[in-house]
Amino acid sequence: MKIRAQISMVLNLDKCIGCHTCSITCKNVWTNREGVEYVWFNNVETKPGIGYPKDWENQDRWQGGWVRKKNGRIIPRQGSKWRILAKIFANPHLPEIDDFYEPYTFEYEWLQKAPELQAQPSAKPRSLLTGEVINKIEWSGNWEDMLGGEFSSRGRDYNFEGVEKEIYGQFEETFMMYLPRLCEHCLNPSCLASCPSGAIYKREEDGIVLIDQEKCRGWRMCVSGCPYKKIYYNWSTGKSEKCIFCYPRIETGQPTVCSETCVGRIRYLGVVLYDADKIEAAASVEDPKDLYPAQLGVFLDPHDPEVQAEARAQGIPDQWIEAAVRSPIWKMAMDWKIAFPLHPEYRTLPMVWYVPPLSPIQSAHEAGKISAKDGMPDVRSLRIPLRYLANLLTAGDEAPVASALERMLAMRAYMRAKSVEGRIDQSIPERVGLTQPMIEDMYKTMALAAYEDRYVIPTTHREIEEDAYELRGSAGFGFHEGSGGASKTNLFGGTKRTPKKPYMDVPT
Amino acid sequence: MSEFLNQLAFGWFPYFAITVLIVGSIFRFDADQYSWRSQSSQFLRRRQMMIGSNLFHMGVLILFVGHFIGLLTPIGVFDAVGVTHSFKQITAMVVGGIAGLMALVGSSLLLHRRLFDPRIRRSSSIGDIAVLVLLWLQLVLGVLSIWWTAQHLDGEEMVRLMGWANAIVVFDAAAPAQLQDTFWIYKLHIILGLILFLITPFTRLVHIWSVPIWFLLRPGYQIVRSRHPLGKSRNIPAGTSLPAGGQTMARQTSESGGSGA
Repeated sequence: MKIRAQISMVLNLDKCIGCHTCSITCKNVWTNREGVEYVWFNNVETKPGIGYPKDWENQDRWQGGWVRKKNGRIIPRQGSKWRILAKIFANPHLPEIDDFYEPYTFEYEWLQKAPELQAQPSAKPRSLLTGEVINKIEWSGNWEDMLGGEFSSRGRDYNFEGVEKEIYGQFEETFMMYLPRLCEHCLNPSCLASCPSGAIYKREEDGIVLIDQEKCRGWRMCVSGCPYKKIYYNWSTGKSEKCIFCYPRIETGQPTVCSETCVGRIRYLGVVLYDADKIEAAASVEDPKDLYPAQLGVFLDPHDPEVQAEARAQGIPDQWIEAAVRSPIWKMAMDWKIAFPLHPEYRTLPMVWYVPPLSPIQSAHEAGKISAKDGMPDVRSLRIPLRYLANLLTAGDEAPVASALERMLAMRAYMRAKSVEGRIDQSIPERVGLTQPMIEDMYKTMALAAYEDRYVIPTTHREIEEDAYELRGSAGFGFHEGSGGASKTNLFGGTKRTPKKPYMDVPT
Repeated sequence: MSEFLNQLAFGWFPYFAITVLIVGSIFRFDADQYSWRSQSSQFLRRRQMMIGSNLFHMGVLILFVGHFIGLLTPIGVFDAVGVTHSFKQITAMVVGGIAGLMALVGSSLLLHRRLFDPRIRRSSSIGDIAVLVLLWLQLVLGVLSIWWTAQHLDGEEMVRLMGWANAIVVFDAAAPAQLQDTFWIYKLHIILGLILFLITPFTRLVHIWSVPIWFLLRPGYQIVRSRHPLGKSRNIPAGTSLPAGGQTMARQTSESGGSGA
C-alpha cells in the first residue's frame, strides 16, 4: 500500500448558475498574457453543446485518454511511446487554435478618438493573432451560452449517445445545464504519459499535475493526449500550460481562485487519501462502467485507524490526515455517493468530481400521473435525461446517477417536512439508504455550504523539506519574468548547489 | 588574398562555428531553458504543416545522417570494405538527391506558410524566418550541386571533400588547402552549413539537441515528483522542529516512475 494524498474538488452542478465568475477570475489571475488569450484554465459550458474546444469529447477525433488493449494493459489512445514519437513533426490529432477560437479584442480607442462622423463610431473586432480586423466573429470561448445556436450544432454533443435526441430539439422538450470544467488533476494522467520530454509531473504531496516550464520543449503531444482538452499550447512561448490548481494558494490553505470566487458556492475542496499501488489496476478494468466503482476502490478510508497509522508511517503529516477525515470530498463521493468523475471512460481517474443537477419535472401534465411520494417525483421524469447525465459521469451506467438524484430529492423532501411542516420523517432517508444525521449533514454541507465546510485545505509544510535561507530572494511562481530566467537545475539534472546571489548582504 | 580567404573560410571558420555551436548551446541550456523549445506553429495553422513538416524533417534527418557518415568516415574504411569511390558517390547522389528533394519540397511549403500566412508571420521572430530561409537556400544549393557532381562520377571531388572534413576533425592544419580548387557551389554549401551551425544556439534550432528519444526508455508512463530528497526518510514525528541548514536544498525534487500505467 502506497498512500498518497490529493487535494481534490467536487462541483455541485445542482447549484451552478452559469455566471462564469470562476472563469473570469481565473483568467484575470493566470491567463491574461500574450499567447494564452484564448486559454481558459476554467471554463463553463452550457450542455448540451459541443463545448470548448469544439467537440472535445470526441476521442475518435482527438485521441485523448487511454485505451485498454486486448491483453488487459492500457496505453495512451494516441499510441504507445514510439507511435507518439512518430507524430512529433506534425501531430495529426492536435487541435488548431480555431477549434478553441481566434482571440480578439475591440478597437476601443476608436470610440474615443473618432472625429465627427455621419454615423456613430463602432469598435470593430481585431484578431489578437494577426492584428487584422475580423469581419465576423464565428466562435468564441462560450459561443453556446444558454443553448445558443441551432440544435443541429449542439446536438452533436457526445453525451446524447443512446438518447433519442431529436425530441430534445423541440422547444417544449429542451433542457440545459452548466458544466464548469478545469484540469482534472487525474490519478492516471494521459497528458503526462504523452509528454516525450517528461516535463509534466504529478506532485506526490498534493496530487497537483504541473508542467515544468523549463523542461517543456513544445512537442505538444500533451494537448492531444488530454481527453478533457485542458492543456493549452502557448503559441507565443512555445510551451504548454495548464490549470495549476492555484497551488500557491492551496499550499497556504486557501481555496483556488475559481472556488473562492464562486458565488453559487458550488465548489468543494478537500483531501482524499488513495492507494497509488491500485491505480493501474483500477484504470485497466475491462468494462468502462466499472471504472467509477474501481476508482472508489482506490480511495482509502481516512477514518480507518490502520490507514491513519500507515499514512503517518509513510510521512503524511497529521494535519493532512485530519483534513482527510473532515474532507467534504470524502462525504460526497464515498459516504453519500452523490459525486461522480467526469467521463471515467477516459481511464485517467479524474479527481475533479461533479454532483449531477436536478431539473424540473418534464411537464405538469405528466407530473400528475406519476406517483410522487412526499413531493419526490421519479428521477426518470426529470427534464435532463438520466442517460445524458450517465454518459457524462458514469460511462453510461444510470443506476448510480439515479441513486444520487434520489438522495438529493430526498434531502429536499426531508427538509421541507422538517422546516415547513415541522415533522421529522424518518422514512425519507431510509428510503434512499441514508440515515437522519447523514441527510442533515448533506443539507448543511450542500444547501447551507458554509465556507469552512466547503474548503478543508491543510497547509503545505515546505519548512520540512526546504531550506528557507537558500530560497530567499527568489520568486515563488513566475512565467520567466521574476524567476530571473535561471534554471533551477544544473547541466546534469541535479539541483544547483551554488548559493544564490544574496539580495541583502547584511553580516550576521 | 584568395589563399587567406580560403584559410579563413575552411581553416578557421569551421572551428569558430563549431565552438560557438557547442559552447553557446551549453550556455543557453544552462542559463535559459525556458527559451529552449521547438516553437511549433502547427497550433496556429495546420494547413501545409502535415505534409511540409514531415517531408522536411524526414528529409533533413536522412541528409544529416548521410553527411555525417559520408563526410567523416575516413576514405580508407570504404576502400577496405571494397566500396569504390564512384559507387559511393552515386549512392550519395541518389539517396541525398531523394532526401534533398523531400526536404526542399517540405521547407518550401513551410517557408511559404511562414512568410505568407499572417498568423505565422506575425508570431515569427526574425530568427525564425532567417533560419528557414537559410535552410531553404542550403537545400537548394545541395540539390543543385548534384548537377555538377554528375559531371564527374569518378568520386575524386568527393574524396577531396571527405579529406577536408577528416582533416578538420583531426586538427590537421593542411585542411583548407584541399578545398583550394573546389568548385564554388560546394564551397558555398560548406560555408552556409557552417553558418547554420554558428547560429543554432541563438535560434529555435536548439530543439535538435532535445530530440526526445529517451522517452522510449522511460519506465512506465507516469512521473511523480516529490519535494523531499531521494533516499531520505520523510518520517518526521509530529511537533519536532527541524534542524536549520543541513542537507536540504532549494526546490529539491526527486523524480520517480510513478504508480499507474
